[in-house]
Amino acid sequence: MNASSTLGKDLTGLEHMTPDQIRLILDTAEPFKEVSERPIKKVPALRGKTIVNLFFEASTRTRVSFEFAEKRLSADTVNVAATGSSVSKGETLVDTARNLEAMRIDMVVIRHPSSGAAEFLGNRIASNVINAGDGKHEHPTQALLDLLTIRDKHGKIEGLKVCLVGDVLHSRVARSNLWGLTKLGAEVAVCGPWTLLPRGIEELGVKVFGRIEEAIEWADVLNVLRLQLERMEKGFIPSLREYYRVFGVTPERLERSPKAITIMHPGPMNRGVEIDSRVADGPHSVILDQVTNGVAVRMAVLYLLAGGRAELADAAKRGSE
Amino acid sequence: MIPPILLQGGRVIDPSRDLDGAADVLIQDGKIASVGRGLAAPDGAIVRNVKGKVVTPGLVDLHVHLREPGNEDEETVASGARAAAAGGFTAICAMPNTDPVTDNQAAVGFIVRQSGRAGLARVHPIGAVSIGQKGERLAEFGEMVSAGAVAVSDDGKPVVSSHLMRTALEYARTFNIPVADHCEDPTLAGGGVMHEGLVATRLGLKGIPAAAEEIIVARDVLLAELTGGHVHLCHMSARGSVAIIREAKERGIRVTAEVTPHHLTLTDYACEEYDTHAKMNPPLREAADVAALRGALKDGVIDCIASDHAPHAYDEKEAAFDDAPFGVVGLETAFAVAHTELVESGVFTLPELIRRMSTEPARVFHLAGGSLAPGAVADVAVFDPAAKWSVDPTTFHSKSHNTPFAGRALTGRAVLTIVAGAIVHDLDSTGTR
Repeated sequence: MNASSTLGKDLTGLEHMTPDQIRLILDTAEPFKEVSERPIKKVPALRGKTIVNLFFEASTRTRVSFEFAEKRLSADTVNVAATGSSVSKGETLVDTARNLEAMRIDMVVIRHPSSGAAEFLGNRIASNVINAGDGKHEHPTQALLDLLTIRDKHGKIEGLKVCLVGDVLHSRVARSNLWGLTKLGAEVAVCGPWTLLPRGIEELGVKVFGRIEEAIEWADVLNVLRLQLERMEKGFIPSLREYYRVFGVTPERLERSPKAITIMHPGPMNRGVEIDSRVADGPHSVILDQVTNGVAVRMAVLYLLAGGRAELADAAKRGSE
Repeated sequence: MIPPILLQGGRVIDPSRDLDGAADVLIQDGKIASVGRGLAAPDGAIVRNVKGKVVTPGLVDLHVHLREPGNEDEETVASGARAAAAGGFTAICAMPNTDPVTDNQAAVGFIVRQSGRAGLARVHPIGAVSIGQKGERLAEFGEMVSAGAVAVSDDGKPVVSSHLMRTALEYARTFNIPVADHCEDPTLAGGGVMHEGLVATRLGLKGIPAAAEEIIVARDVLLAELTGGHVHLCHMSARGSVAIIREAKERGIRVTAEVTPHHLTLTDYACEEYDTHAKMNPPLREAADVAALRGALKDGVIDCIASDHAPHAYDEKEAAFDDAPFGVVGLETAFAVAHTELVESGVFTLPELIRRMSTEPARVFHLAGGSLAPGAVADVAVFDPAAKWSVDPTTFHSKSHNTPFAGRALTGRAVLTIVAGAIVHDLDSTGTR
């Protein structure tokens, strides 16, 4: 049995994955971490595979991270951005999908502003589809790299108290984290103004804190979400200044906790809005570790979906030595 | 001259007279001639043995979208009237959100003429409340009524301005027509694509809260009270709306309401896997809403079932959930879905269902039909209540196939539909004309 059937054809989200599938990805990422530390950062695991990075939304970090992961696995990659492509000329998603399929590609990494877009694509093409963020739905590789980072820092995930702070309503990172964390046995909470917390979130088995002070008192890990600046224009919060005053993660607030709380952020940060610079750059911040782990996790996902076997990941990366 | 028709030995259900029993029905000169046992066939009559079948007044649908003029690839007056006949409907009311909008005498007259040319189910036009459905200036209700309009509505969108709604309700009194409103507060619903609740949260889709409907229901009820006008509330979806209507009716306010087969049978869970055939406005809500809507229909707080038949081209629905249009077709599944889910399950009796799909909607819009009383117009449907079939959208007479019920096994089907004494659908022999 190859690992492709273990994970299925696509990675569209963590909601419908099993804990074992998630652990498999994290475990497979471990040996790939080392590849990025080499002088020659390349292994032949995906040699001959063609991958399209299809980005209908602006992205720097995620796109670059995927591209490095693909290149370090020796895949041939093409980047398609919405601006300047046929997409901006009114081509529908289904036509884009069919055209890609007609070019006989192996994998598509898609970011799209509509929730469900990755699943939509995956249901219509034979290639593997990896969701790099769809609307407000899921961003599974971000959650996987968050899980890996938490595991690195704490040696475990089970039993840890993790709070997602901020704009949970519009956050695909929050949803994927919520599924991934609960499946691996963490306790999960969300904290933010009630205008930015989705209806029915309690029914998903998470705690809800209306005040950041309560969240800090409770948590082992704070994953501070980016506050999109347009939320203020759309009236969800009155001002960035007030948001910082009421919900900002500051050293003063963290000092009141007896624990050394691990600080995470999926980026890009708004320093002085959702997170104080002294916290982002402080000793308990693992924000840059998240970025480093992002490449390894994406290498693992690409490798496994392409049919690579987890136990051979070590051998695969030795191929270039 | 069309020949007389004698329907022999069926179970005759006429809610207008609380009639339910075995009888023959004789149709002559476009009218119901008589209902009784052992009727003799006049010379040249078509005689049909309908033993085991149910003879009812033809179904009446107060809410369909026929896309003509403007999007004839999705539906025309004729194709919609054909789909209606196949579903047991003898009269349907066409919403004015066509392109251009049906907001004047000539446009209303066009629908009437297209309906006459088709010669299938009757198509009654509904005129727009406001010119271009822009929500600004009243359309000419009087001229549209004289051309055949049976109601006014800006459906597709709500009448946002409370002042305009007030004026419309007052002005419509002159012509004794209802003002049908699509109840949705656009500032609350804006950008939403499904019911606001747990499923929307999980799918990461923007929700439309039930309050977006309930606020306008409450407003419309208050304006009907203020003006003495008749407000008809389209496609109710929320249990909170039911409570408001119940109270309004107890206070004697002139309010009527409709509910669709899909809101009576499906919940927001149908949107799982981003199924765009479950995307409609108002959205499918929760099990508690479905239960409240069924209860309200049963006890008459909601007057009738309407399909909100909304055809869309297949490729428009084959899109990401956010990008797909709202709406589903319903004319060819409405009776069977309601019969299977409400009658077969024991919630409604068959006469109760026929009342809510024929007699009551005819009364609400003051239409002929809805009755088998001698002298009444001969709009008649014959159903086989035991017919088992499964929904195959490719066999629809409608030009569009966007149904949430594809593949569903249903019980009950129209086998014969008669409009003004002429057969327009005959499943047993010639099929739908």
